[in-house]
Amino acid sequence: MIHINNIDKWFGDFQVLEDCSLSVEKGEVVVVCGPSGSGKSTLIKCVNGLEPINAGSIVVDGQTITDSGVNLPKLRSQIGMVFQHFELFPHLSVTENLTLGQLKVLGRSEREAKDKAIKLLQRVGLEDQADKYPGALSGGQKQRVAIARALAMDPVAMLFDEPTSALDPEMIAEVLDVMVSLAEEGMTMIVVTHEMGFARKVANRVVFMDEGRIVEVAATEKFFQGAQSERARYFLSRILYD
Amino acid sequence: MLIVIYAYRLTLAGRLNVQNFDYQVIINALPLLWEGLQLSFLLTALALVLGLLWGTCLAIMRVWGSAPLRWFSAIYVNAFRSIPLILVIFWFYFLVPMLTGESVGQFYSALIAFTLFEAAYYAEIMRAGFNSVSREQYQAGQAIGLTYTQNLRFIVLPQAVRNMTPVLLTQAIILFQDTSLVYVVSLRDFMTTASVIATREGRLIELYLFAAAVYFVICFSGSLLVKRLQKKVAT
Repeated sequence: MIHINNIDKWFGDFQVLEDCSLSVEKGEVVVVCGPSGSGKSTLIKCVNGLEPINAGSIVVDGQTITDSGVNLPKLRSQIGMVFQHFELFPHLSVTENLTLGQLKVLGRSEREAKDKAIKLLQRVGLEDQADKYPGALSGGQKQRVAIARALAMDPVAMLFDEPTSALDPEMIAEVLDVMVSLAEEGMTMIVVTHEMGFARKVANRVVFMDEGRIVEVAATEKFFQGAQSERARYFLSRILYD
Repeated sequence: MLIVIYAYRLTLAGRLNVQNFDYQVIINALPLLWEGLQLSFLLTALALVLGLLWGTCLAIMRVWGSAPLRWFSAIYVNAFRSIPLILVIFWFYFLVPMLTGESVGQFYSALIAFTLFEAAYYAEIMRAGFNSVSREQYQAGQAIGLTYTQNLRFIVLPQAVRNMTPVLLTQAIILFQDTSLVYVVSLRDFMTTASVIATREGRLIELYLFAAAVYFVICFSGSLLVKRLQKKVAT
């Protein structure tokens, strides 16, 4: 489904990604973790072309996103993305946030788009917030709306960029619940997160990154039982407080 | 404020008292003053619209333009912001006829001067407005598949316009006050008319106090409106 092949990325003189490769199969959930500044967010932003890459290639659903002829907006519409700081559109109501892409990108009718929006809001438990503006919602509610906005485009895969790290602790569970149910339905997901409980529960594999490199890719249980690399073990010992 | 203090000191000196204050001269002057005020409004409105149009072009050049356009816009904006408005008005009144051999008249020379001058300020306000929309908002638009122009139209511009409208309106109020500077080219706006009548009738205090009151009422109600709007935008 998603194939990242030997990509390099530079910000000026600084190399943020170095020779990164990763393949994610359909229906697979992959958690990406690592210390801050290790390039996790940049890696997933490359997958839908929000960040251009300097070398290598990325193939999503049979289309190479680095080809010059590819219709990038159309391809992006097929990949859902959830941001750390939600990035709901503050000038649009919750429903309008969910319908904008459907109307302008997918060309759905007003009726169709609204029905879809209401169905998705019910799914994330926010149908009673449909007419509110994002400013009136809590962080957890905003992030659930953001997930619904991504789902409204009927994506083939979902990317999550630290979806719970800007939330108050008591709101993390409501967002993770939605993500777990998505995973259980067989959505292909790449999730950058430090929520190791979530990783243990639904991830098929865990990717550990450090200093712009993919240091280790392991099946979830194997990763937690005993990571291969010293750095991953050290990282785990720092974030798992038990 | 200064005028009020001045009036107060005159009152103390016994040179201004209620018996002496000639309301009649103001009432007699009202038709002419009204004509002057209309000209002030017209000049403000036209300079506002034209200044906004030219200012938008400058802001777009500065934010999204190629290097030469960015440079042009930056130099233009900084140059105009470093010159007193009164000089710009002078120039267009005296220099343009020298260059073209033909005078465009007081009104048009003032209008051109205000448009060019205000555009520099509007461009800066708009640039700040465009920059107030974060890169992540733009990326969120991209992520749902919006094209570049769709993203500008549905995500970036609506937010930018919301953020900059109160500041633009405040600048419009300042523009209205600044139109009184056409005094220097003897264009009969509200201020010039008041001044001419004041000198002719020898009633400086009455007319200048009245002029100050009119400017105060208009500008103060204007800024109250802007404040209400700002509160609305903030929510």
